[in-house]
Amino acid sequence: MEFEDYYEVMGVKRDATQDEIKRAYRKLARKYHPDVSKEADAEEKFKRLGEAYEVLKDPEKRAAYDQLGKNWKAGQDFNPPPDWDAGFEFSGGGFTGAGGDAQAYSDFFESLFGQRAGGFSGAQGGQRGFHMRGEDHHAKVLIDLEDAYHGATRNITLQVPEVDASGHVHTKKRTLKVRIPKGVKQGQQIRLAGQGAPGMGQGGSGDLYLEIEFKPHPFYRVEGRDVYMELPVAPWEAALGAKVKVPTPAGVLDLKIPAGSTNGRKMRLKGKGIPAKQAGDFYVQLKIVLPPADSEKAKAFYEKMKQELPFNPRAALGV
Amino acid sequence: MNDDTLNGLLLDEEYTLTLGELSRACAMHAEWVMELVEEGIIEPRGAEIGQWRFAVPALYRARTVMHLQRDLGVNLSGAALVLDLLDELQELRQQLRCLDPERLG
Repeated sequence: MEFEDYYEVMGVKRDATQDEIKRAYRKLARKYHPDVSKEADAEEKFKRLGEAYEVLKDPEKRAAYDQLGKNWKAGQDFNPPPDWDAGFEFSGGGFTGAGGDAQAYSDFFESLFGQRAGGFSGAQGGQRGFHMRGEDHHAKVLIDLEDAYHGATRNITLQVPEVDASGHVHTKKRTLKVRIPKGVKQGQQIRLAGQGAPGMGQGGSGDLYLEIEFKPHPFYRVEGRDVYMELPVAPWEAALGAKVKVPTPAGVLDLKIPAGSTNGRKMRLKGKGIPAKQAGDFYVQLKIVLPPADSEKAKAFYEKMKQELPFNPRAALGV
Repeated sequence: MNDDTLNGLLLDEEYTLTLGELSRACAMHAEWVMELVEEGIIEPRGAEIGQWRFAVPALYRARTVMHLQRDLGVNLSGAALVLDLLDELQELRQQLRCLDPERLG
């Protein structure tokens, strides 16, 4: 297990006041909040920040953490010394982020503070006559655009906090095999009944909501159910017209390029977007690519065009 | 088709959530969802509370508000403003992608 330097995570000095810690948290929380931030690893950073704040905002936890010593460096191999926490009383409960999301703290945090999650005991005991439905959980699932065209089966691994018989909290990995139906769109939700948190007593389990997110694709761009791509064509294909091959997630299609097409011309392949009752369309935007003049033969061709084609590309600019 | 493959319900454009479903999915009380409606953050179909139905995007909006409240201490009107700005930001990013697909992928 690696040591976590919570002061480093929050960017504050070890002797920072509680007010400074609070201010640092507010500032960084706005910066890395996953709903707002555009930073790539915002979610991970936000999670670590929440964990650091959980410890440093609570004077008891902070004092206990401090007395581990200041010689630890982030990432160093770490095991809590025996009775490291003797003499401290953790109020327990106070897990800021313990909302509907299955929030996982690091092993480091769990080993120090996890046992005192408090408030959980009894929950599992199933007191007589106490029933409560389990919470709904939420997760994201990354799929390829092709999966939306054909449907797919994906394994999804979730980290679920669990309380064992002695009241200790552990995170457990849980893998589900989920069918992704054909025709899903970015941001859509799939609900898996009964796959959320277990209920208490006779209360049923909560549901699991999976949000669909497409992996970025090197040449397709998706908007709703419409798919866009830029298609490179040779100058003579655009000028004289041609039949060219277009790779789409539905397979390779033939596209007729009309003679006299200009750069940037948009063409629509109706119904070749993401399939559905109202299927999306596939849009191709032509991009004329010049052959390089990197051989004697090619240079001679360009030379010939220069001499025989009366063409001024800047005519519209009046020069 | 293996037995252990889970078939979920796709919440498509036609699917609507009841007040209870939406509250549960946010792990919040129905009263909280009613406040969001009052603030104009989400709009149900149906005249009476018992008949309220929410389109699926309301789930994203409500959960974003829940996160903003919980993590940043934003109040409801502040969260409503953030949501509107996020919508606008997303629209602008989309337009930027159309203009400059190379840069944003």
